[in-house]
Amino acid sequence: MEVAVFALFAALALASALVVVTHRNPVYSTMSLVVTLVSLAVLFVLLGAPFLAVLQVLIYTGAILVLFLFVIMLLNVGREEAGGGSKLSKVPALVAAALFGGMVALFSWRAFRDDALAPLTEEFVSLKTLAGALFDRYLLVFELVGLLLLVAVIAATVLARRPRPEEREPLGPRPQGESGSGSGAGAPGEAAP
Amino acid sequence: MHATDLLWLIPLLPFAGSAALAVVGPRAPKALVNVIGLGAPGASLALALAVLWDYLTRLNPEPFQQVLYAWTAGEIALDVAFLLDPLSAVMTFVVTFVGFLIHVYSVGYMGHEEGYQRYFAYLNLFMGAMLLLVLGSNFLVMFVGWEGVGLCSYLLIGFYYKQGWCADAGRKAFVVNRIGDFGFLVGLFALFAAFGTLDFRSIFDRVAADPSLVTGEYALGLSLAGFVALCLFIGATGKSAQIPLHVWLPDAMAGPTPVSALIHAATMVTAGVYMVARANVLYQLAGGISLLVAAVGAVTAIFAATIGLAQNDIKKVLAYSTVSQLGYMFLAAGLGAYTAAIFHLMTHAFFKALLFLGSGSVIHAMGGEQDMRKMGGLGKHLPVTRWTFWIACLAISGIPIFSGFFSKDEILAAAAGGGHWVLWGIGFLTAGLTACYMFRAYWLTFEGEFRGTEKQRHHLHESPPVMTVPLVILAAGAIVAGWVGIPAVLGEPVFGRDVNWFHHLLEPVVGAHPAGFLAGAHHLSHGLEIGLMLLSIAVAVAGILLARSLFRTADPLAGDARIASSLGGYYRLLADKYRVDELYDWIVVRPLAALARAFWKVVDGFVIDGLLHTSAFLTELTGDLGRFSTTGNARHYVLYFLVGVIVLFWWLVA
Amino acid sequence: MTVPVSWYLLLAAALFTIGAAGALTRRNGITIFLSIELMLNSANLTLVAYSRLLEQHTGQLVVFFVLAVAAAEAAVGLALFIAVYRHRRTIDLDRINLLRW
Repeated sequence: MEVAVFALFAALALASALVVVTHRNPVYSTMSLVVTLVSLAVLFVLLGAPFLAVLQVLIYTGAILVLFLFVIMLLNVGREEAGGGSKLSKVPALVAAALFGGMVALFSWRAFRDDALAPLTEEFVSLKTLAGALFDRYLLVFELVGLLLLVAVIAATVLARRPRPEEREPLGPRPQGESGSGSGAGAPGEAAP
Repeated sequence: MHATDLLWLIPLLPFAGSAALAVVGPRAPKALVNVIGLGAPGASLALALAVLWDYLTRLNPEPFQQVLYAWTAGEIALDVAFLLDPLSAVMTFVVTFVGFLIHVYSVGYMGHEEGYQRYFAYLNLFMGAMLLLVLGSNFLVMFVGWEGVGLCSYLLIGFYYKQGWCADAGRKAFVVNRIGDFGFLVGLFALFAAFGTLDFRSIFDRVAADPSLVTGEYALGLSLAGFVALCLFIGATGKSAQIPLHVWLPDAMAGPTPVSALIHAATMVTAGVYMVARANVLYQLAGGISLLVAAVGAVTAIFAATIGLAQNDIKKVLAYSTVSQLGYMFLAAGLGAYTAAIFHLMTHAFFKALLFLGSGSVIHAMGGEQDMRKMGGLGKHLPVTRWTFWIACLAISGIPIFSGFFSKDEILAAAAGGGHWVLWGIGFLTAGLTACYMFRAYWLTFEGEFRGTEKQRHHLHESPPVMTVPLVILAAGAIVAGWVGIPAVLGEPVFGRDVNWFHHLLEPVVGAHPAGFLAGAHHLSHGLEIGLMLLSIAVAVAGILLARSLFRTADPLAGDARIASSLGGYYRLLADKYRVDELYDWIVVRPLAALARAFWKVVDGFVIDGLLHTSAFLTELTGDLGRFSTTGNARHYVLYFLVGVIVLFWWLVA
Repeated sequence: MTVPVSWYLLLAAALFTIGAAGALTRRNGITIFLSIELMLNSANLTLVAYSRLLEQHTGQLVVFFVLAVAAAEAAVGLALFIAVYRHRRTIDLDRINLLRW
């Protein structure tokens, strides 16, 4: 029974992952990633981490991927152009990726081939134990992560805001001997590289 | 507190004087320079006399050692320490007394020269180093002094450095000295390796108690004693200008004349003799090497005497004379007659310094001219100089009553007493030659008609008292100094007892140890000894008479021509000093210069610079090629990143 | 029969490979970002698997923090994309290469 669940959702995760990396339309990719993440959440449950599964769904799919969608819509990112880089140029990348994955797989196989897992206990799965560990040994990290999130919020806000008119700085060299800001309210720097 | 507690001040005061002179700078008033420059050696002399009085009037003078401080601690324990014993006492007396007189003389001689302050600073530095050398109680302090006098010799020979040939002479002296110093150092290393210390008393007492320590086979087929003796002697050949390292001394006459008097007559060049006398324990146990020392001394003596006969520069004559007399000292030391060597050292200091200072007076009067062919008849104008010079010539020729007779005769007696008739013969002939060339110099300079220019004639004048008083004092010493060492064969008939005070003084240092092949006068019968004495007087007188017949004439220069014609081509060789310098130039200097050039062009220019240029080029190349990886495309960078991760993973896990 | 832990690890490796391939191969910035998220998640899976294997909660807690950090990172990264887009009007990474030689 457990094997069947595993097999199903593992296959689903793999398939949707492939779609994520191969599809032209970024919206489709995002949706596929949602599927992948939810499958992984199920696997988390199988591994005795239901709280994490819930977190995964809530935060990852519910917040992060939604953010992705927002940005895609905001920037109106279209389909990726066909062509642009021959098939041959992709080979080194694929080889490298395969190499790494193969190494990890090989290692995992050799190290843990027949290790059986102990059956799940009530205590292992319980949220209480998890919370105990979190707020006991990792309290400092917890606080720091909070700080990190605050910093991220501030950074994102600053980076993404519309530049005020007087701050606009066109790319490229300023014309000589002009006083004041050059082109004033020009288009945001369409510079010639 | 005894005066001897102030022993350490004796070398220190001149150093302090030198430092003070360095501080006051070249624009200091001459009076100040005089006060410091004379005050320091003067104080050192006064102190030395006080210390010696204190030491010698003790009932039972033991050697007195004063440790100043420990230079190194731990396994290698070396101290800065001074030793006062009869030998160092004699040397200290000679150095401070003659040295002070020469300092006084220099006030007059160098009065008009630029660099007055620098001169006295160097001269004081020299005094300090020389006193370190003779007062040191271990080989290390002695070596520091040894090197120090070598440095000062370089500085003072090249005093008129603005003239290229003077600077070259200074450099030549230093380099040739260095070659000797290398041998000296090797000897020191061997001693230290064997004994773990360089202290004189530690080493010599141990060897005296157990000679087998140094008589076993060591290196080069020699025993340890022989090896060390040889190495130390190599150092002595350099410092004391014996064959083959004598070439620097004649060139050293480029320095001011008082420098020649002090350094190259009375003190520095005698350091080698002092060293052999100090290490007599080792030399007595190394018979072959000692014989070598004696042979080298004898050959050098006659070699230099022949050259002196054909020189026209008055200082060069004196320089070769110094080399020759040093040869006598080494002859004595090699035969084991260390007392005779030191005795001759002392008398030689007086009359040779007198000769040099006198020649300085002459040169001063001639306005800088040193060629004797342009002199003549100066006796009328420079009476004090003339008579003191005459006294010195008598002393060096070995005429009785004067000091040189006693010391030179003791050396010849030592040779004869040991049965070394060849060496005796060489010494005998050299005595005759010495008398001949010295009186040649005297008559060419002081008698006859003046052969110089009119301008020079007007300039002729006797030197001021500050220069003539030291001459007189030294002349008194040249007469009297020999009287402390009247040999028993003469003293007993005259005084009824053995009055050889000098011999008794030095006996604890050089006589108390087991004798090797000691060739004293003990083996000579009194009759034979008196007979040989008369023979040496006769040869000296013969030399004087020969010189007189050739040079005390109306045309002295014809005398040279007569010698030249009778000796033929050999005379040319003498005038060219046997072409030794040219030989060295061919064998040593040119190959070294070529080697240096090769190193410069090839090793430095090609290899090292090439290495630098190549590495720079490779760096540039790498940069030029490597920049293509900075595409600006983030995806490429991620690929590089992944490759790195793969390598890392492989390395860490697999 | 229970699922051996090595299967989970193999699955994670496979997901990582796919994510890496995508991150290296695509030109669209958003898609690359998504691939990176995929890689992160494969790591999460590995961590949870190990946590289960070793009977400790440490792995799960690390995943907890990874989740938070991923959120922060996604926010900042997307903000960067927006900023770049304003200047260059494109998210094609091949065109954003001012730092080339």
